[in-house]
Amino acid sequence: MIKNNKKAQKNYILSLEDVSISYGKFKAVKNIFCNFKKGDITSLIGPSGCGKSTVLRSLNRMNDLIPNCSLKGTVLFDGTNIYDKRVDAVEVRRRIGMVFQQPNPFPKSIYENIAFGARINGFVGDMDDLVELSLKKAALWSECKDKLNDSGYSLSGGQQQRLCIARTIAIEPEIILMDEPCSALDPISTLKIEETMHELKKNYTIIIVTHNMQQALRVSDMTAFFNAIEYEGGDGGKVGYLAEFNSTKKIFSSPKEKTTQEYISGKFG
Amino acid sequence: MEEKLALFKNRKRFGIEKYIDVIFKNTALVLSSFVAIILLGIVLVVFFQSFESFSRYGLKFLVTSEWNPVKDEYGAFTAIYGTLITSFLSLLITIPLGVGTAIFITEDFVPKVLREIIGSFVELLAAIPSVVLGLWAIFVMEPFFREFFVFLHNFFGWVPLFSTEPTGRNSLMAILILVVMLLPIVTSIARDSLNQVPKKLRNASYGIGASRWKTIFSVILPAALSGIMAGVLLALGRAMGETMAVTMIIGNSNAFSWSLLSPGYTISSMLANQFGEADGSQVSSLFYAAFVLMILSLVVNIFAQWLVKKFSLKY
Amino acid sequence: MNSLFYQKNSSRNIGDKVFTTLSLICVVIAILPLIFLVTYILIKGGAQITPDLFTLEPNPPGDDLDAGGINPALIGTLIITSIASIISIPVGVGGGIYLAEYSKGGPFSRFIRFGVNVLAGVPSIIAGVFIYALIVSTKILFGSMYSGLAGGMALSILMLPTVIKTTDEGLKLVPNELRYASLGVGASMYTTILKITLPSAFRSIATGVVLGIARAAGETAPLIFTALFSYYYITGFGDLFYEMGSLSVLIYNFALEPYDAQNKLAWSASFILVLSILSVNIFSRILAALTEKTKRV
Repeated sequence: MIKNNKKAQKNYILSLEDVSISYGKFKAVKNIFCNFKKGDITSLIGPSGCGKSTVLRSLNRMNDLIPNCSLKGTVLFDGTNIYDKRVDAVEVRRRIGMVFQQPNPFPKSIYENIAFGARINGFVGDMDDLVELSLKKAALWSECKDKLNDSGYSLSGGQQQRLCIARTIAIEPEIILMDEPCSALDPISTLKIEETMHELKKNYTIIIVTHNMQQALRVSDMTAFFNAIEYEGGDGGKVGYLAEFNSTKKIFSSPKEKTTQEYISGKFG
Repeated sequence: MEEKLALFKNRKRFGIEKYIDVIFKNTALVLSSFVAIILLGIVLVVFFQSFESFSRYGLKFLVTSEWNPVKDEYGAFTAIYGTLITSFLSLLITIPLGVGTAIFITEDFVPKVLREIIGSFVELLAAIPSVVLGLWAIFVMEPFFREFFVFLHNFFGWVPLFSTEPTGRNSLMAILILVVMLLPIVTSIARDSLNQVPKKLRNASYGIGASRWKTIFSVILPAALSGIMAGVLLALGRAMGETMAVTMIIGNSNAFSWSLLSPGYTISSMLANQFGEADGSQVSSLFYAAFVLMILSLVVNIFAQWLVKKFSLKY
Repeated sequence: MNSLFYQKNSSRNIGDKVFTTLSLICVVIAILPLIFLVTYILIKGGAQITPDLFTLEPNPPGDDLDAGGINPALIGTLIITSIASIISIPVGVGGGIYLAEYSKGGPFSRFIRFGVNVLAGVPSIIAGVFIYALIVSTKILFGSMYSGLAGGMALSILMLPTVIKTTDEGLKLVPNELRYASLGVGASMYTTILKITLPSAFRSIATGVVLGIARAAGETAPLIFTALFSYYYITGFGDLFYEMGSLSVLIYNFALEPYDAQNKLAWSASFILVLSILSVNIFSRILAALTEKTKRV
């Protein structure tokens, strides 16, 4: 049995303990401590280059695919450190799903886009029902139900992104990670996706990286503000850190840190 | 909305799936190393087969031109010289032709459609098998050039290159057919290099009032030079290894002569010609010659790759 | 005289005209051989296309004999090229998959890529001589010497670099987002490669491989010491272990015969070979041009 961390609290589904991530010699983020409660939507906000996406990708071991990326510290998911050598990254990704910045549907039909992931996870049951259910949850069913056999690429950008959300929730992950899912989309599609997120909240824990502060305000329960500071060595490189982590209401109305306050009021970033 | 609980059996990957993953990766790894194994195998086999001859003649082999199976004396100088001279001379002719064609294709003398057709034509020439070009050289090219060769001998016979009566099959014919084979290579690589020259250089030159050809010679060609050189080296390697068309038209004679109008030899055509009926130490000498050819083309190839990398062009 | 007007006789403009003409001459010289060659082959070879050509064996060279047909050589080319493909395609695609999907650009993959380029530059006759020493003279293949099988092996050495490069580059063209999408739903590497990445790259890989096969079909040097030549029909599986004819070696042998009948057969064989190779090339060009236009968003 993999050792259970004694400090794991029952309703923290994901915890980061003293996590630092480096690309080769370059340290991207340092000493992150963060706990995510089950059922919350948490946004990661902050200026560009302070490692928000890096941290997000580390939560389902997508960083493994980037050469030279290494992680120090512990990422506890359901009581297990997912960076333990015995952990299989593929299994982690079946329970922690991801939606990417650019919509990336498979070059298959809409139906197959969803069925592909389900089959890999060993789905038994009525595939048609699963496809319909997933598309409904992603608010895409009414637009697609007559053209399930059309290529995923025949949809608009916003629809494609919702298709990606549908395929992620089809495999029923426990956590959904979203890396700036709306940054490539128009405002109306963005709004539709934010509505979807509210619906999804009922059943999934969501962690979302966003550049859009209004979006963070609209959508999330908790907010983590990341910032970057110069290296101690002084060679001009910046390393990211977690500046403040609190409920969204508190972050936006009465932040504790000065830098948080400055970022929110648009003084930088 | 009904909340149907989806049943997923494979949350934990069952053992066999993980095994397949590992086996797949390792199979791919092994397959990719076959390249190295084959390459090593070729070098080793040729080296070992040539050893007998190498220990007998040493480096003298490279400079003696006596090749006599009856007397069992071998020296590959004629063949080595033939390989080098045919390759270099054919390249000498091909480079201006190829670069000139490439310039025509990349500048806008004629509409784009026409240029693409010309480019395609030249590239299709590369698809013609060497042996068919040899056939054509024997029956079409040679009669065509016969008179011209006679003319060369009559008027320029004082030049050592043209000092013998032209026989039907000779080194000059081999050089000409090599030109036909190398043209597509040099043209397409030159064209790629020319196309990669940034537009702003061209604009800058026109902007100060330079004419088209001044721009080509002073700005564009120098910028494309490294790419063209790499292409020339690749063509050189190709020329040295070219076998079929050459052996069909070069006359396959080991008698050394400075004249291009008399029959000649190259290493590859010597192999094609003699390997089938050789035995005993002749085989080892042939392998020795093959080893020399391999080293030559390896050196040229590696140098060309280095050049490409240094100027980071992709071919 | 308005100095902005084009001066026909200025040295600069005359020089320009001269060079333009020169480069035009280069182009003409460059495309003339192809035109002459193909027309000559079409006329000379095409004139002799009869059904007999495809069904008869070639007759041994002699003064008065009718030449016969090229059936064994035609079948031989198909068989030998197939053997070469069966060997080089799995190895090449597998190797290409490793290079593009698994390797991290370290010393091993750099070495292999370098080796691929070196192997591509090895003269074709050396591949033939290598297989001769390894397989033919050692009689390692169940005691047979010259064989169609050995010929196929020699040819596969020449095809291998092409297949690896095509696969490597085709896979590299597949955008990373697609791989992330598949891995993101929990697919393993081999599932991702087999079900998502490889199918996406299929068209470009297939094109490259088909062009490589076409080129291999025309190769002669690797076959003259391995598969040799045969005048007889191919009747059964066992014929793989004996000498096998091929179109390219037929052309080589019969071009050098002093007899008119054999020369004619060489032209006919050239006709078939060149026509097949050119059709494959032109067809894949058209296909590539068409898919450019219908590229997915």
